[in-house]
Amino acid sequence: MGEKLLMKGNEAIGEAAIKAGCRFFFGYPITPQNELPEYMSRRMPQVDGVMVQAESEVAAINMVYGAAGAGARVMTSSSSPGISLKQEGISYIAGAELPCVIVNIVRGGPGLGGIQPAQSDYFQSVKGGGHGDYRLIVLAPANLQEMVDLVQEGFDLADLYRNPVMILGDGMLGQMMEPVEFKERPAMDLPAKDWATSGLRNHPGRRNVTNSLFLQPDKLEEHNRRMEEKYAKIQSELVRYESTDVEDADIVVVAYGSTARIVRSAMDTAKKEGLKVGLIRPITLWPFPSAPIADAAKHAKAFLSVEMSTGQMVEDVRLAVNGAKPVHFYGRVGGMIPTPEAVLAKIKEILGGNA
Amino acid sequence: MAKLFERPKALADVVTHYCPGCTHGVIHRLVAEAIDELGILDRTVGIAPVGCSVLAYDYFNCDMQEAAHGRAPAVATGVKRVHPECIVFSYQGDGDLASIGTAEIVHAAARGENITVVFVNNGIYGMTGGQMAPTTLQGHKTTTSPYGRDLKLQGHPIRVSEMLATLDGPAYIERVSVHNVPNINKAKRAIKKAFEYQVQGKGFSMVEVLSTCPTNWGMTPIEGLKRVEEEMMPFYPLGVYKDTGAEGEAK
Repeated sequence: MGEKLLMKGNEAIGEAAIKAGCRFFFGYPITPQNELPEYMSRRMPQVDGVMVQAESEVAAINMVYGAAGAGARVMTSSSSPGISLKQEGISYIAGAELPCVIVNIVRGGPGLGGIQPAQSDYFQSVKGGGHGDYRLIVLAPANLQEMVDLVQEGFDLADLYRNPVMILGDGMLGQMMEPVEFKERPAMDLPAKDWATSGLRNHPGRRNVTNSLFLQPDKLEEHNRRMEEKYAKIQSELVRYESTDVEDADIVVVAYGSTARIVRSAMDTAKKEGLKVGLIRPITLWPFPSAPIADAAKHAKAFLSVEMSTGQMVEDVRLAVNGAKPVHFYGRVGGMIPTPEAVLAKIKEILGGNA
Repeated sequence: MAKLFERPKALADVVTHYCPGCTHGVIHRLVAEAIDELGILDRTVGIAPVGCSVLAYDYFNCDMQEAAHGRAPAVATGVKRVHPECIVFSYQGDGDLASIGTAEIVHAAARGENITVVFVNNGIYGMTGGQMAPTTLQGHKTTTSPYGRDLKLQGHPIRVSEMLATLDGPAYIERVSVHNVPNINKAKRAIKKAFEYQVQGKGFSMVEVLSTCPTNWGMTPIEGLKRVEEEMMPFYPLGVYKDTGAEGEAK
């Protein structure tokens, strides 16, 4: 502890999971996340853990379902097309309220798309990529230190709320190298997994069943309502974001993940030129930090959502601003990365037009 | 007074939803008897499929997980890897295992995953109302093969036991039937053996059980049993297709 290690993003995620007590990993190769299942293949045998290379992303997520239902800390990872394949299993995991961590190192789409970084899976992650009323807790790190911290915390959050947690990275975060420190997390007071299917001898007198089937409509509604209450609780307890220079900003940029770092570079130049630019960086994409954005709308003249997509998170920014101020968008797609200069030009264009 | 017949402890005392004449009840009982006789009820975890036996998680008296359609072998893999000391079985129909779940069953078998699969083959989708299954025989009428299965249009039925037996992973694969008492007794021995192999850590075991669907076949229960014997068994021959435990013995 306290030691800084220079690590590649995908490998750092793997080590963070092991530090968090994850001993089961089910993966499948897809670029740009391959270093993660490779790392787990090396590391899991060293810690008496299990890494299974599944026959598909579909099988991998269903192995996660089985292992999570059996009470283990378990993780899987993939990239966009593979995450699409996992959506069936993710819906079942959410429906059966099983804790697990799912990593998406996003690449450009749709379809086979490309293998370069993108943020075009925002809708899929936060609006429910699978069927039915459910929510994932979606954590969006902007650097590798934050990524390892969120992976470690993600396992606790999954266990705390009995809900799948998604780490939404991108090809840049997966492939870059940065120094990271694996910090000792204070032990959280987590509920016992007394629902786990571990055999009757581990819980005599009570049969445990993991299931998402409720054939009677009143029972399914009851289940949906109870989950709705859980989601409301998560929304009230978990919203996390970083706010920079928002108080006296004329324009507030909203950006997450690696894009937020590019926005920061643009802000540094803007500041030198006397422009008042603030940044709200959502760390939890769900629950979304709507309240601070709504607060900022009281004084800011305009908002700008910057994403590596054609405009996805901007919809949630608009919902939060609720028509109070104009909300603009700037994005690059297909693996093309926004430049600080282009972001600054967009900011100037908006301010120059008097919002 | 000595009890001659009673409900196995592994079978819950509930009314099942199975149709009259359906052999799922018999197969459930055989699985439950095997679990009882091996004394493994308190460490058994079952995986229920999607299909007619979707509610099996209410019928077996052990811990259960309900899996998505076809994914039971993957779910079983997850459970078994976490609790190697548990006895993990999946109970799957032919639509579940032989159609949507072919990748999962093939690779669980290829990995030699130490689980037991009870594969119930009645050649039809029962739960959804009698559609054609990958195991529906040539000429058999279903709601999606209303003129009878035409091999040119709908392809050939799959012999799962034979196919999986070509893999090196499985330890034991046998096809049995439950259309009469002698065969029910044989089926019982096969299912128990499959569980025993798992207890002994021998690896993947599967018993394919030829079964009936009088409701969707449009037959009486007795006609259904006759169809198993006269039409299914010639295409799906009973017998042991893989048995690593018997290797070295006279075959």
